Amino acid sequence: MTRERVYPEEPAGPFPEPPQSFADREDREISIVTADEADVDAVTDMYCDFDPADRAQGIPPTGETRIREWLDTIFDEGINVVALDDDTVVGHATLVPDTANGEGDECAYELAIFVLQSHQRAGIGRQLLTTLLGYGKREGIERVWLTVERWNRAAVELYRDVGFETCGSESFELEMSLRLSG
Amino acid sequence: MKVLLGIDGSDESMKTLRKTIDRAREAGDDLTVVVVPKEEAKRSQDEMAAAARDLVTEAGLDVDVRVVAGDPGSTLVDIAERESFDQLAIGGGTESPMGKIRLGPITEFVLLNANVTVRLVR
Repeated sequence: MTRERVYPEEPAGPFPEPPQSFADREDREISIVTADEADVDAVTDMYCDFDPADRAQGIPPTGETRIREWLDTIFDEGINVVALDDDTVVGHATLVPDTANGEGDECAYELAIFVLQSHQRAGIGRQLLTTLLGYGKREGIERVWLTVERWNRAAVELYRDVGFETCGSESFELEMSLRLSG
Repeated sequence: MKVLLGIDGSDESMKTLRKTIDRAREAGDDLTVVVVPKEEAKRSQDEMAAAARDLVTEAGLDVDVRVVAGDPGSTLVDIAERESFDQLAIGGGTESPMGKIRLGPITEFVLLNANVTVRLVR
């Protein structure tokens, strides 16, 4: 995509920074912490348990080998947070630099977020998302974008609610963007 | 089977072309390749057509390679219908930095408007 992506003029936020902990709607004690390469095993386990029906636009891939390859790239290049229920990873959110459209040091980041089926509809996604954005801002990231399938109303509403604006819709997916600073 | 492949001058199209040639050899498809215009593509339409002719010759296939003008999606759908192709093959999308598959506007147009079976090549 060589097309210029449009970003809101005003920065969104403020957003909480990791670590965070809270009781979800099912009264489970959930913590949200930053994750790095050392956590890839635990995150791989989560994606191995992931219901294929909740895949979006081809991710997460299926099968441990492909999941691990995918996560290796994401953890190598991006910044990550995970949601933990005890020591089990039940959610993961990531910002991956869009190097193809990089403008010097300041490139935009693509966002994605996944919550394990057993822990959906409990408010964890919103906390993961806002905490990832707080982490991103702390790390100096200025612009964030994502794509979401149009029919996924819950996700579109959540993104809009935290400050994302629709910036493209010429294809099956909606494209949304958010400014963290700058 | 009579297969129409639509490509532009991108690297993704080069991959799609190679895979479709392999498949045509295996299945004995009667393949036609149409090179559509794309702004800022890595290769011009003529360069892409020349590359396609080289690849099909290498593969020992007798393939009609054409360069067309006009809106890519509607031109492909139109050729597929007018010339009674059994199948219209196009690239199955690019990947975002995250690894998400992204279908472009040409793919969407073809999927929604073609009266023939559409194959997304991945």
